[in-house]
Amino acid sequence: MRALTIAALALVALVEVFPYLWMLATSLKDLPSVTQFPPTLLPHPPHWDNYAKAWSSGPFLRYAVNNAVQTLGILALQLLFGCLAGYGFSKVRFRGRDACFLLVIACLIVPPQVRFVPLYMLFSKVGLLNTYASLILPYAVSALGTFLIRESFMQISDDIVDAARVDGAGLFTIIFRIMAPIAKPAIVAFSLFSVVYHWNDFFWPLVMTTNDAVRTLPIGVAMLREEGTGARWHIIMAGSMFVVAPVLVVFAVAQRHIIRAFTFTSLK
Amino acid sequence: MRQGSRRETWVGWGLVAPSLVLFALVYVYPVVYSAWVSVYEWDLATPARYVGFRNYRELWSVEFWEVISNTVVYSAGVVVLSQGLGLALAILLNNRTRLGALFQASIFSSYVVSWVAVSLLWIWLLDPQYGLVTYLLRLVGLPAVNWLGDHRIALWSLVLVTVWKTVGYPLVIYLAGLQAIPGDLYEAAALDGARGWQRFRHITWPLLTPTTLFLLITLTVASFQGFDIVRIMTQGGPVTATMIYVYYIYEQAFQYFKLGKASAAVVVFFTLIVALTLLQWLLFRRRLHYTT
Repeated sequence: MRALTIAALALVALVEVFPYLWMLATSLKDLPSVTQFPPTLLPHPPHWDNYAKAWSSGPFLRYAVNNAVQTLGILALQLLFGCLAGYGFSKVRFRGRDACFLLVIACLIVPPQVRFVPLYMLFSKVGLLNTYASLILPYAVSALGTFLIRESFMQISDDIVDAARVDGAGLFTIIFRIMAPIAKPAIVAFSLFSVVYHWNDFFWPLVMTTNDAVRTLPIGVAMLREEGTGARWHIIMAGSMFVVAPVLVVFAVAQRHIIRAFTFTSLK
Repeated sequence: MRQGSRRETWVGWGLVAPSLVLFALVYVYPVVYSAWVSVYEWDLATPARYVGFRNYRELWSVEFWEVISNTVVYSAGVVVLSQGLGLALAILLNNRTRLGALFQASIFSSYVVSWVAVSLLWIWLLDPQYGLVTYLLRLVGLPAVNWLGDHRIALWSLVLVTVWKTVGYPLVIYLAGLQAIPGDLYEAAALDGARGWQRFRHITWPLLTPTTLFLLITLTVASFQGFDIVRIMTQGGPVTATMIYVYYIYEQAFQYFKLGKASAAVVVFFTLIVALTLLQWLLFRRRLHYTT
């Protein structure tokens, strides 16, 4: 029974992982072996120059930089606004607070697919299409992030805040030097979630950009298939690695944290 | 709630105001604006013209019903298959061993990989001439299948690729649910002679009800939002066989520049999501598990 269980799981794990190995193998083949039938598993010799070819078939350095700017810009703003509002919603008492928080919660159910048409028209009117602003601004606040940070700030005792205040700590010192470090598990979990989502995001940059100067890796990789002719799958698979490899490396290093982050951010 | 001092009120509003302004601008405004544009005819080039509910009536077409039916098939396929498979895998994996952790990580890894890369990879794997899947089918003597080119099969191919990519999510959520079930329940059941299927039927499944409902709604909402895979693998084709909801909105807006009609479709879409979310909220308020 136990052997059967392991065999079944191993089969599923193989089906899940083998395609990535196939991606890697294809990315190292040359054109004749890509179109060879029956296919061979191992490329010999491995054509590492496919990566250079894919990288230079478009402004991939630009795409990579843009992708990083987009992902980290969004994260920085989400954490900044999330910590400020999270503190306001948890530790400061003021009239209208609960109504405002309800508004934030309501934003949880507005997906990007509802927002893209109006925001496209808005950005087009004010001339912000094809800018970093059109990529970053729509995600600068996160309802989920604000919610999670507020939750974990609420669990921090008021005594800690009072003690810091007696010691002469200002508001921002309390929020960013005292509260945020204590809320680190929630902040890290949300950050992993946000970074993975926006690094991979294809939909939003597709809608907001038509210019290589601000386009990101997922767009660049998708365009590899549209340009060029014939079965250049070795180049396309090599290009795909640009967007996949960083995520898989981070996943390999921090997989327990990432899996926890995804369960954590959804079960709240 | 005790009201704070005047000063506290200022501090509070100062802290939440930047977020509120942004939420209003990038979340609330789009919803309101969509509702407003949905009663206009507008192609961006000429001035918008008020047409009342005509955009909604226009949605009521054969083409639109095909989109709805595609979306329902895609969503139902993805939800049922990934949830069923996720549950089965979670039950098999529900013991903390190193091998188990490795299996879990392998299965979950696809969930964090870009849709673009996954879609490209599967076009290649399913290639009717040189694809690995084609080769493997031929190896075991099965006929070749035109996975993405046959209009009866293409939508199901997208379902399978989506399940392949996302099954790790229901898996880890179900695992968390399973690990919350107290072990002494199983011990008590074992004393009563329950095992195997009976254990599952009378303990595991009822206690997992909240998890199942949570996943049912979350996965439905998520699959309704499917776009990337269609855009890259099939562009809605062959003909309209894989035209699902968000891709339809995108085409109406950015290919045909029918902003009014696209907005009407957005309003319908948003209404569905709100309804599902309210349903989830109602279900969870009624605590659907029988725990101690």
